[in-house]
Amino acid sequence: MSEKIYVFKRFERLWHWSQASLIIFMLITGFEVHGSYHLFGFAKAVGMHTVAAWSLVGLWIFAIFWHATTGEWKQYIPTTDKVVAMMKFYSVGIFQNAPHPFKATALKKHNPLQRLAYLGVLLFIAPLLWFSGWFYIFFAQWNAWGIDKYVSLEWVAFFHTAGAFMMLIFLIAHLYLTTAGHTPTSHIKAMITGWEEV
Amino acid sequence: MSKLKIALLALVTGGAVAAFNAFATAPVPTTPAAMAATATPVPAVKKASNSTADHSKFKELQKNFKSGPEVTKACLTCHTEAAKQIQKTKHWTFEFINPETQQKLGKKHIINNFCTAVESNQKFCSACHVGYGWENEKFDFTAEDKVDCVVCHESTGTYRKIPGLSGHPTYKDMEFPAHSGKIVKAPDLAKVAQSVGKTSRANCGACHFYGGGGDAVKHGDLDSSLKDPARYLDVHMEKKGLNFSCGSCHMTSAHQVAGSRYAPTVVHGSKELLPPHMRGKVDGSNPASCQSCHGNKPHSVTMSKLNEHTDKIACQTCHIPEFARAQATKMSWDWSTAGQLTPEGKPISKKDSGGHNAYDSKKGDFTWEDHVIPDYIWFNGKVNYTLRETKLDPTQVIKINSFEGSPEDGKSLIWPVKIFHGKQPYDTVSNTLLVPHTFGDDDSSYWSNFDWEKSLEAGMKAANVPYSGKYGFVKTEMSWPITHMVAPKADALTCAQCHSKEGRLKNVKGIYMPGRGDNNKLLDTVGWAFALMTLIGVLLHGAIRIYAHKKGLGK
Repeated sequence: MSEKIYVFKRFERLWHWSQASLIIFMLITGFEVHGSYHLFGFAKAVGMHTVAAWSLVGLWIFAIFWHATTGEWKQYIPTTDKVVAMMKFYSVGIFQNAPHPFKATALKKHNPLQRLAYLGVLLFIAPLLWFSGWFYIFFAQWNAWGIDKYVSLEWVAFFHTAGAFMMLIFLIAHLYLTTAGHTPTSHIKAMITGWEEV
Repeated sequence: MSKLKIALLALVTGGAVAAFNAFATAPVPTTPAAMAATATPVPAVKKASNSTADHSKFKELQKNFKSGPEVTKACLTCHTEAAKQIQKTKHWTFEFINPETQQKLGKKHIINNFCTAVESNQKFCSACHVGYGWENEKFDFTAEDKVDCVVCHESTGTYRKIPGLSGHPTYKDMEFPAHSGKIVKAPDLAKVAQSVGKTSRANCGACHFYGGGGDAVKHGDLDSSLKDPARYLDVHMEKKGLNFSCGSCHMTSAHQVAGSRYAPTVVHGSKELLPPHMRGKVDGSNPASCQSCHGNKPHSVTMSKLNEHTDKIACQTCHIPEFARAQATKMSWDWSTAGQLTPEGKPISKKDSGGHNAYDSKKGDFTWEDHVIPDYIWFNGKVNYTLRETKLDPTQVIKINSFEGSPEDGKSLIWPVKIFHGKQPYDTVSNTLLVPHTFGDDDSSYWSNFDWEKSLEAGMKAANVPYSGKYGFVKTEMSWPITHMVAPKADALTCAQCHSKEGRLKNVKGIYMPGRGDNNKLLDTVGWAFALMTLIGVLLHGAIRIYAHKKGLGK
């Protein structure tokens, strides 16, 4: 019998799933605004993308507060411990039914590769999208703020799109790696119920 | 705990709703109530007049007037300054010096690609001169009784200046056009004089709807349908609605009519530039602009994204989605094919499938179009003309006027224009445009003799410009800003009409437009390639895992 521990708290799960839906929704609407396909129509896509963006801003305000007050931000401190072991596991061990080298605890809920990946999302991809997105949203104010000579919509769009591609790639890898836990469904169950088999 | 969850959800959704209200751009369906709130209909019943003067009771006007100038003299007995005011306007001088370019313009000077030039054809052209008797260079531009008051102020609808009569109406019933069998009745000048009042749409339209030689020919956004336009055609002029006259926007003072297509006003939203004209403010700015009533942020808060477009896009671009929406307008005129005659030497005319004049021996070939999608250009209000003395490159299409503008100058907006294509005579030695003598009962006018050599010789002589005697035909184009016939908001362009790959603004350069395909192609390629490789990578990884699991490896 495997042991179960409570890793993801209620707010954490709410945050995760609302953030996931908003990000997927923004990828869908964003690439339509980008001109990659037609789905909702340009006007609707822009409107909904903007609403989703501000909703995510709201969510992040709560999430930052939560991380700061609970000390959960420490979960993302990068470590080199077991990084090599994890890489070996994903590239070899996982095919040979080898045991998972990382054992999650409530204090260390992410394996070292997860830590690095999430830190990258939180500190690089998301801010890239936030800042370029805000420049995009406040395009009409550039002139009044006196920044129109230094910023061009072309570059803002470039960085925003680049961020979107990175997020898309993260999403694909992340979705797959949810099946690479102790059992194929253990990560997913944990994110739904909060309890993870370890 | 579940209460906490609900509270958090409520906060997040509340934030989302607030954000939606502030930033959504999806068009909100217009309810009749909302329409009524923004555009309160003025009672449609037109009173006979709300003027304090009833001109039919004036002793001065109880006369058997024999001619236009006699009427004018009667007007001037009370309106002592009126003629002096008129004589300062371009309606009278047919001259306009562009303050920015210093080019000498006006109908007296420019050569366009419609009827081309006034010189030597004044008898005909002065049907649209606000005066009587201008038939040649001897006309006295200071004679006050030669000002035509009633053409702009009469309201009987019976007064009409006939081309060929040098600005006069006919004083006896006459057949017009010649040999047409149509009789134009002589107006009762006393009734005409007694009917005067504020200038109506029909008064302005008597000339401006018929520019270029006929109804709807020239502008594409001005034609006789504006006398009584349906709401879809002109949201400001509909009789049951706002019932604007031309002067509601072209606010006139001392007979100087505001607004000019020689020096149009482009109201830019940029903070460094002048704000739109405020009614009543004495600053010389132009009241005949959308912004002078609507401001720079005319859309409601729920559509604030649209307000963010006003520093790049003229109002007209979205709100006049097509021109010539009631009648077809002329799109091209090829003078080079004029002069084909029947074996008996008679002029011919042909109609196109829409019933429009497609060929006329006097004028050449025409094309007409209705519901035309405009061309879109960057425009900052500065217009340069090809003048009589301007040297041409006849291998190129000559721009009769060129609209200046660029995405970088900080004062241009994307503006809709009608581009009119022509082919007209030029001097093949001096490479300049030519003035043809078209109208007249003499032996050199083109419309009587169909002889270009004589016509051009006479025209250039009258214009007092040297002519080599050798002529050819050169392709020309002329741009007309589209600004009238504003459609109701429900008919305005929607986002995707521009924000799409083959959208309206596909040829407008120098601006990044989401959805238009302006994306960085390299980024797109690399981005999708990495995403695809990641996908293939994880699928392969998963497939091997499943395979290994089935084989029971490591067990």
